[in-house]
Amino acid sequence: MHEMSLAEGIRQIVEDAGRSQGFGKVKIVVLEIGELSSVEPESLRFCFDVVMKDSIADGAQLQIDPVPGSGWCMQCAETVPISALYDPCPKCGSYQVQATSGTEMRVKELEIE
Amino acid sequence: MCNVCGCGTGETRIDGEAVDHEQEHEHVLADGTVHRHSHGPAGQKWAPVAAGHAHSHGPEGEHVHEDMDGSLHYGHGPAGAHAPGMSQAQMVKIEQNILAKNDGFAERNRSWLAERGILALNLVSSPGSGKTTLLVRTIEALKRRVPVAVVEGDQQTSFDAERIRATGAPALQINTGKGCHLDAHMVGRALEKLAPSDNSVLLIENVGNLVCPAAFDLGEAAKVVVLSVTEGEDKPLKYPDMFAAASLMLVNKIDLLPYLNFPVDKAIEYALRVNPKLQVIQVSATTGAGFHEWLGWIDARLAEAVAARTR
Repeated sequence: MHEMSLAEGIRQIVEDAGRSQGFGKVKIVVLEIGELSSVEPESLRFCFDVVMKDSIADGAQLQIDPVPGSGWCMQCAETVPISALYDPCPKCGSYQVQATSGTEMRVKELEIE
Repeated sequence: MCNVCGCGTGETRIDGEAVDHEQEHEHVLADGTVHRHSHGPAGQKWAPVAAGHAHSHGPEGEHVHEDMDGSLHYGHGPAGAHAPGMSQAQMVKIEQNILAKNDGFAERNRSWLAERGILALNLVSSPGSGKTTLLVRTIEALKRRVPVAVVEGDQQTSFDAERIRATGAPALQINTGKGCHLDAHMVGRALEKLAPSDNSVLLIENVGNLVCPAAFDLGEAAKVVVLSVTEGEDKPLKYPDMFAAASLMLVNKIDLLPYLNFPVDKAIEYALRVNPKLQVIQVSATTGAGFHEWLGWIDARLAEAVAARTR
């Protein structure tokens, strides 16, 4: 989707943190991106470099830590791993699976100079 | 560029008037002047921590995969690895949602609406699903018993707002310019201008796009996804995020079913795979078929909003 907007959001979080924490240069930006989130890592990587220009994270590396997807299977009444929103339960094959984790899009931490 | 929606500065227009997103934020200027934000980073936690976590040193570069059938996937690769020497580095914990800013505005809208007992529905679909025609008929049916106001989102033109105003309902057009979705800040501004009455229904017609609007909470009570039978029945699987985010799916243009090869059951089955809790109503905005059920759905939710009114 709109990875450019997300990159803009990241820039703002990074700049805000730099101001409150008093650091002026970011070397690595670490994100947590869930497998079931609507973010496309390769597209975000491309936008990131463009959007970070002239910010405190200009030239910073982007590390994306994937978070595996999981959902609650209503048939099995337990949490099961899924890798897409439309995946069936790997145990019983039912599609009655509600995503419970893996939808996050977070800035986790920064490596600063 | 707008930090929330990615649209170019001055591209967003509310009823033809430029919206300056930047006035809400503050920035470090080129000369080093620091402008502090008015909205504090609530809930933001950070603390320097010692580094030393190991990283896999995978190759940077393309992670595009080619399937047996020749189609290209950008989603199957490793999410990415990097190769820093991290031994002495200083890490700062952030733990903040990338869309936190939008979500903050959305919460503000949500409480503004809750105070007034206003039911806000965010209508999303691909372009051409018949959203505006559906809205016009819905307003005609509702307006005798409840006030209805509309926020119209499109990249350009105010054609849709004009169609809505012809019903007598107040409508505000937001032009997103280069943006592909409405965001909560735009809707907040629209609420101030539109000033919908207490105990009313606010219908937000999002930009015709099955992808981006899924991630942007506007402060609505529910997202309603419209899928028309002139589209493919496999859309819920092709664009799962939107169907996962919606509470209700309206299958529209069912009056055309005799002329089409559209397996309704299949479309509903696919949508329920993505979102087992999704409610489904089949309608025709042209003939009014299914409207009794759709209006009943709105009435039930409006009653909840009015009962929960906080002001």
